[in-house]
Amino acid sequence: MSPEKMVVMANQIAAFFNTQPGDPAPKVAAHLADFWEPRMRTQLQDYIRAGGAGLDPSVEAAARLLRD
Amino acid sequence: MKDFIIPQFPPGSDPQDERDMGTPARSGAPVSLSIDGFAVTVPEGTSVMRAAAEAGIMVPKLCASDNMEAFGSCRLCVVEIEGRKGTPASCTTPVAEGMVVHTQSGKVKRIRKGVMELYISDHPLDCLTCAANGDCELQDAAGQVGLRDVRYAPGQNHFDPSGSGARSQAEARLRMPVDQANPRYVPKDESNPYFTFDPSKCIVCSRCVRACEEVQGTFALTIEGRGFDSKVSAGAATDDFLHSECVSCGACVQACPTATLQEKSVIEMGTPHRSVITTCAYCGVGCSFKAELNGDQLVRMVPYKHGKANRGHSCVKGRFAYGYANHRDRILKPMIRDRIDEPWREVEWDEALAFAAGRMSALQQKYGRRSIGVITSSRCTNEETYLVQKLARAVFLNNNTDTCARVCHSPTGYGLGKTFGTSAGTQDFDSVEKADVVMIIGANPTDGHPVFASRLKKRLRQGARLIVVDPRRTDIVRSPHVEAAYHLPLRPGTNVAVVTAMAHVIVTEGLVDEAFIRERCDWDEFQHYAEFVSQDRHSPETMQPLTGVPAADLRAAARLYATGGNGAIYYGLGVTEHSQGSTTVMGIANLAMLTGNVGREGVGVNPLRGQNNVQGSCDMGSFPHELPGYRHVKLPDVRKIFETAWGVEIDPEPGLRIPNMLDAAVEGTFKGLYCQGEDILQSDPDTHHVAAGLKAMECVIVHDLFLNETANYAHVFLPGSSFLEKEGTFTNAERRINRVRRVMAPLNGFEDWEVTQALANAMGANWTYTHASQIMDEIAATTPTFEGVSFALLEEKGSVQWPCNEAAPEGTPTMHVDHFVSGKGHFIVTEYLPTDEKSGPRFPLLLTTGRILSQYNVGAQTRRTANVVWHPEDVLEIHPHDAETRGVNQGDWVRLASRSGETTLRATLTDRVAPGVVYTTFHHPATQANVVTTDFSDWATNCPEYKVTAVQVSPSNGPSDWQECYNEQAERARRILPAAE
Repeated sequence: MSPEKMVVMANQIAAFFNTQPGDPAPKVAAHLADFWEPRMRTQLQDYIRAGGAGLDPSVEAAARLLRD
Repeated sequence: MKDFIIPQFPPGSDPQDERDMGTPARSGAPVSLSIDGFAVTVPEGTSVMRAAAEAGIMVPKLCASDNMEAFGSCRLCVVEIEGRKGTPASCTTPVAEGMVVHTQSGKVKRIRKGVMELYISDHPLDCLTCAANGDCELQDAAGQVGLRDVRYAPGQNHFDPSGSGARSQAEARLRMPVDQANPRYVPKDESNPYFTFDPSKCIVCSRCVRACEEVQGTFALTIEGRGFDSKVSAGAATDDFLHSECVSCGACVQACPTATLQEKSVIEMGTPHRSVITTCAYCGVGCSFKAELNGDQLVRMVPYKHGKANRGHSCVKGRFAYGYANHRDRILKPMIRDRIDEPWREVEWDEALAFAAGRMSALQQKYGRRSIGVITSSRCTNEETYLVQKLARAVFLNNNTDTCARVCHSPTGYGLGKTFGTSAGTQDFDSVEKADVVMIIGANPTDGHPVFASRLKKRLRQGARLIVVDPRRTDIVRSPHVEAAYHLPLRPGTNVAVVTAMAHVIVTEGLVDEAFIRERCDWDEFQHYAEFVSQDRHSPETMQPLTGVPAADLRAAARLYATGGNGAIYYGLGVTEHSQGSTTVMGIANLAMLTGNVGREGVGVNPLRGQNNVQGSCDMGSFPHELPGYRHVKLPDVRKIFETAWGVEIDPEPGLRIPNMLDAAVEGTFKGLYCQGEDILQSDPDTHHVAAGLKAMECVIVHDLFLNETANYAHVFLPGSSFLEKEGTFTNAERRINRVRRVMAPLNGFEDWEVTQALANAMGANWTYTHASQIMDEIAATTPTFEGVSFALLEEKGSVQWPCNEAAPEGTPTMHVDHFVSGKGHFIVTEYLPTDEKSGPRFPLLLTTGRILSQYNVGAQTRRTANVVWHPEDVLEIHPHDAETRGVNQGDWVRLASRSGETTLRATLTDRVAPGVVYTTFHHPATQANVVTTDFSDWATNCPEYKVTAVQVSPSNGPSDWQECYNEQAERARRILPAAE
C-alpha cells in the first residue's frame, strides 16, 4: 500500500490505544500482530528504518516491540 | 382430553401443517370447556374458534385468520353456547370455564348457509377459470356449509361488467363485451408487477386491510364507502396499488381468502402442487419461506408460518423478487480467457477448473505461497463459505481469506468481541416483543430489514418508545401510528461523540445499574470508564456544536433508554462504516452494560446484518485472522484442531483483508483471487483503486450467477447456483441457523460447494464431500459453538441459534444470561476522534450512502426483477437549501464529486436529509456511488468509511468521463465467443 495510507492506518490504531489506560505500545503491537499480514508489518518496519516520517510515537514503539 | 397447545406451534409436528387456527394464540391460566362434546383446555383469552381448532374442529370462517386479531364481520363462524343468548361469533368470543359450545347445531348451520348464500350472490361463478381454483377459502367455506343453491335473482352486484345479469364474468363478456356498463364494477388493477387486485371478487372481509395494519404496519389499505358500496382501496381514490403507499410485502395477498389479491405468477402458471421450506437469500433477517412449485417450476414464494425469524411475514424482495434465478443474464457455462481484454471463451468444467488451478498454482510457485487468496460470500451458505476459507488455509496454505463482512459488520465482530466476548448479537427477533424502549442507531429497518421493522412497529404501536439516532429522517422516525420519542439527527461521523454523551448523562445523573455492573462487569474498568465519560467535555451541551444534536434531546433520550424499562439497541451500517466504527460498537455495548440491558428478553445489543449470511460467513472463519468460531490463527491449540482435521500445517500469521489484498495487488505481491458470490468492484469503496487492484492480478476467478462488474477483470468465470438450487444453511442476524433446501436442480449442474471442492481437488486436494450435511458435520466437529448442529437436528427443530452444544442442546436464544462469554463484561473508553475526511471549501457537503427497500446491495439480484419499477436508478437526496444555492432542481442531473472520483445521477430535493448532508444508494452500476467514496476505514478492521465522504454537487449535462469509459470497458469485457463445436 502507499506509505501515506499505511501511516494513516497505523496512526489510527495508535490514536485509539493512546486513549486507553496503560502503555499503548504493547497494545498497538498486539493489534498489528493480530491483524496486519506479515508483508504489511514488514513495510511498516522498512518505513521506520527509512525515517518513519509522520508516524505516531506509539507506532514506532510498537514496531520496536514487534522486532524484539 | 386435549391439553395445552404450545402457543407458537399448531397441533401436529408436521412442518407442512399450517392450519389457520382462526385467531392468535394466547398465554394465560388454563380454561376448560366443552366443544361439540370434546373437553378442551386452552389458555385464558383464547377464542372459542381457536379452542375448537385446537380440538380439531374447524369452524367455518372468512374474515378470521390467526395472524391478526378477530374482527367478527363475516358472521360465518357463529356458534351456540349453552346458557347464552343468540349465536355469537366464535372468533370474538373468549372461552370461559365450563362453557359448553355447539358448532354444528341446526340453527347455526342454517345461519351459515344463509350468510354464504349472500356472499355468493355477489361473487362471480367463474370458479373453474379462476386463478384461486382449489386455493380459495370462499370456495372451501361454501363447500363446508353445504351451499347448494343461490336463490337470489340477479341484481345489483360488483362482478358483472356488463350489468346484464350474468352470473359469471365469462358470461358477461359473451353478452356484452364492453366493460363498465355496470357502475359498481371496477376493473382489475394490474399495476403492481407481482399481484393483481380484482375488486369484483372481493367479499370485503377486511383481511387485507388488517394484514396491512397489524402484520406489516404500513396502513396503505382501507375500506372505502359503506354498506353495499364498501370496497377495498389502496389510499386515495386516484391511487392504484403501484402508486399507493403499498410496499408490496405480500401480507394482503397472503391474507386474501379469494382471488381478489392474487399473485400474477399463479395466474400465469396455475396453483402450485408441492412446496419446499427454505430460507430467503436477501437480508439478515433470514425469513423462512415455502417455495411452491409445479414440478421444477417455481410458482411463488410464500412466507413460512412457523419460520422463527419472520413468523409468517415477508417483504417485497423475499416474497416476489426471485425472478433473477431464471434471468436470461445467468451464465451457465464456465468461461476462461488469457487476458481481460479478450472475449470470454465457453469451455467444459474440466477445462475451466484445470485452467484456474494451473494458473493459481503457477502464481504461488512464481510469487510465493501468500500471493493468492479468496473472498467468501455472505450470500452463500455456511457450508460453501467454510469450504472457501478451507481452500485458502488447507490448499493455498495461507490465511488470505476475507468476506464482504469486511465492508459492513467487521467492526461488530471486533467491538462486541472486546466487550462481551463474542462477535454476535445478543437476542432473537422475538425479543423485541418485550422491549419497552428501542434505540435504533444507524439503521433503516423499514428499508433494510423490513420484516423485523414490521415486528418492531407492532411493538411500538403497543406502547414501546423509540429513539432514532440517524442523520436522515428515516421512515421509522414517523410513520402511521409510529413516532419516535426522540430523533437525534447527528452529523455524519459523530456517532462516538453521541454515544459517549449518552453515557455521560447516564453516569452523571446516577442512572447506572450498579448491581448489574458489580455482578457482571469488571468493576475497575467501569470506574475508569465512568470517570472518563463524566468529564464535562463529554456532556451533551459541550458536544452539541460538534454533533448537531440538541443537548436537551440527547439528555432526554439517554434518560429514557436508562429508565424506560427493557432497553434494546438495534444498529446497522450507520454505526460500523466509519473510521471509528469499532469504537461506536464498543460504546453501544458500554451503554447496554451501564444500564443492565443485557442477558434477558427485551434488551440487548443487536446488529442488523445487511446480507442473509453475514453472521454465518463470519462464524465460518472467513476473516483472515481467525479460524471458524472466532479463534485467532495464532493460537496453536486452535490450529491443531484444524491441522488434525485437514492434514495440513496452518499458517499462524494473519492473512490479507480485502483492501489489503487490493493494495498488495497494486504493488505486485498479490496475484490471484477466487471470489465467490461477491461483486467487489461495485460494492467496495474507491472503485478506481479496486479496479486497479483487480487489473493488476494475473488470475481472477469469479464464481457467480452473473457476469458482474468484478468479472470485467476476471480470467475465469465459474457459474454459480442460486439459493433455490442448493442444500445448506444460512445463519441470520439472531445467530439462527436455518436450512436452505434444494428446490430445483442447479441450472449450471453443480451446487457452489461442489465447484469449490472441484477447484480444490484440481489443485491437489482430495476432498470427498458428497452432501452439504457432511460439511456441517465437519464444522460441528471443529467449532465448539456449532458442536450440536447437524442437518438432522435442523430437520427436527426447524432452526437453532448458536451456541448449540452440550450446554445448550437446543441452541441459545439469548446470550450472556448469567455471565458474559468473556466472563466479565468489559467497559472500554471511547474517545471521539474525528475522521480525517472533512468537508471544506472544495468539497463542502458530506455524502452518506445506504439502501432502499426494493433493491438489495449491489442490485445484482433485484435489478434483474420487476423491483426496478420502484427504483430504476440511484438518485441523490439533497436538502432544498443546498440545491437552491447550487441551482439544482428536482430531477436534474448532477455531478457528485469527491477527492476519489466523480459520477452523475439525478437529484431529488428532500428535507429528509439535513442541510450539508447528501445521500444516495449504491444499487446500480451505471451510477457506481463507490467511485466517490474514499479509502478511509475503521481503525481496527479496515471497514470502509462509506458513511462519510466530503463531496461537492453541481449541475451536470450527462455522464462523467469515468461512467462513459466504464460502460465501454464493461461492454468489451463481457464479449463471449460461441462455444467451439
